[in-house]
Amino acid sequence: MRFVVLIYQDEAIWRDVSPEEQARYYTEHEAFAAAVPAAGCTLVAGEALVGVGSATTVRRRGDRLTVTEGPFAETAEQLGGFYLVDAPDLDTVNELVRLLPEYTLEIRPVADMG
Amino acid sequence: MSGAASPALELAWREHWGRLVALLLAQYRRPDLAEDAVAEAFAAASRRWPDDGVPAQPAAWLLTAARNRLVDRLRAEAVHQRKEPLMLVDARDRELSAAVDPGGHIPDERLRLVFTCCHPALAPEARVALTLRFVVGLDVPDISALLLVQEATMAARLTRAKKRLATAGIPFVTPSAERLDERLDVVATVIYLIFTAGYQPGPRDRGLRVDLGDEAIRLARLLDHLLPGRPVVRALLALMLLQHSRRDARADADGTLVLLPDQDRTLWHRDDIAEGVALLDGLAPGTDQAGEYRLQALIAAEHATAPTAADTRWSEVADLYGHLEALTGSPVVRLARAVAVSEAVGPVAGLALLEGLDADLPHHHRLPAVRAELLLRAGRHHEAAVAFGQALDLVRSDAERRHLEARLASLGLLAP
Repeated sequence: MRFVVLIYQDEAIWRDVSPEEQARYYTEHEAFAAAVPAAGCTLVAGEALVGVGSATTVRRRGDRLTVTEGPFAETAEQLGGFYLVDAPDLDTVNELVRLLPEYTLEIRPVADMG
Repeated sequence: MSGAASPALELAWREHWGRLVALLLAQYRRPDLAEDAVAEAFAAASRRWPDDGVPAQPAAWLLTAARNRLVDRLRAEAVHQRKEPLMLVDARDRELSAAVDPGGHIPDERLRLVFTCCHPALAPEARVALTLRFVVGLDVPDISALLLVQEATMAARLTRAKKRLATAGIPFVTPSAERLDERLDVVATVIYLIFTAGYQPGPRDRGLRVDLGDEAIRLARLLDHLLPGRPVVRALLALMLLQHSRRDARADADGTLVLLPDQDRTLWHRDDIAEGVALLDGLAPGTDQAGEYRLQALIAAEHATAPTAADTRWSEVADLYGHLEALTGSPVVRLARAVAVSEAVGPVAGLALLEGLDADLPHHHRLPAVRAELLLRAGRHHEAAVAFGQALDLVRSDAERRHLEARLASLGLLAP
């Protein structure tokens, strides 16, 4: 089944990170990306997002479209990126994401619309 | 043949419910369907066995019936989703039967199911409820009575937990060997609840379930074998063995509960007591869950090794309850401590410990029942009668109700 791994972190952490720390983050993401196929899983997609300051919230109510600046919800930690992984079960995903840096991760199965 | 069908069905329910659900869960990974399928298989057995006779292998009969029902449901779902129904299910069957058993390092499907139900991605209260439902086969009234939760709340909790099991991607396998330890405390808690479920009188008179005690001890032994030398498992095993040693003395021939001081101690199983005490010798005090079980086991050992009820070292018991209360802050422990203190020091000292407990145990019949007994011993018969009345208002088990009514009636004879 497919799981989306939503990556949350206080953006200030990434903004203030030293070059060495930044390098460690990249290394850990690379280790994750390498471990997924090694575990017999597939990394279907994965992207990092531009900061939450770039977010636009759009709501359609009837025919009316409201467009507002900023994210849908103001939170202490912001959605910073995601992975889409095809894996047999949650435990497999949990093992793999141990390789990622110290984030808060929300893991959700993708609905089977077949 | 019809006369033998009902006991056979009862026996099959006790022995095979958990295993059948476990097998279906492992094969089809559909907790929402597995339970219904097993229930329907038992319903079919109750119709067929009285006429056709009890099959030579009841478990195999039930498994086939349950599996057929589950596959029917999957086919119906596939039709609903407009896929090619038969091909889909057949392919799925082939795939599953070809799959190797992923939980192979745990040699018991029931223990495997316990580990699945105790997955950390489930809320703690959901883990316990799911295990009691799937592994033990208790129904919602029994589970809610056991966990002191309203029935409607428990029913909703179970529905939510089953849905989550089905949708969150939680696997029906045991964790890898290096992750087993992380779930050990929860698994120990649940095994002990299985044990207490056997001795806790249910809302209806279903009698003691000594088989649940046997099963819990069997699971703890498996766990001890799997992860040797873990204090929490050893302490739990000691505790259960010491309590289980009294199994043949806890009810009389009519099924009426026999309280500890009145039990025939020659019926206690000496081998269990010896094993429990020996396990305790190897355990150090601690402030964790293992330490908690150790204290409870030490209390059970005090009772188990007293030659007569009068020989019980009540001041030791009261001290142990004191340590246990300090560790857990539990109002139920304080209630037990009050009884021990009353035996060691006197009923007035015991009554003093009950002060302020009403807010913590508002629906618990045992608090007014204990208060009544202590008031009786203190010679305050009128207040005792009032407290017995309060206990009778709250009690849910018929066996305990009869006991309380008998106590209240004897009080009538004593009252001035």
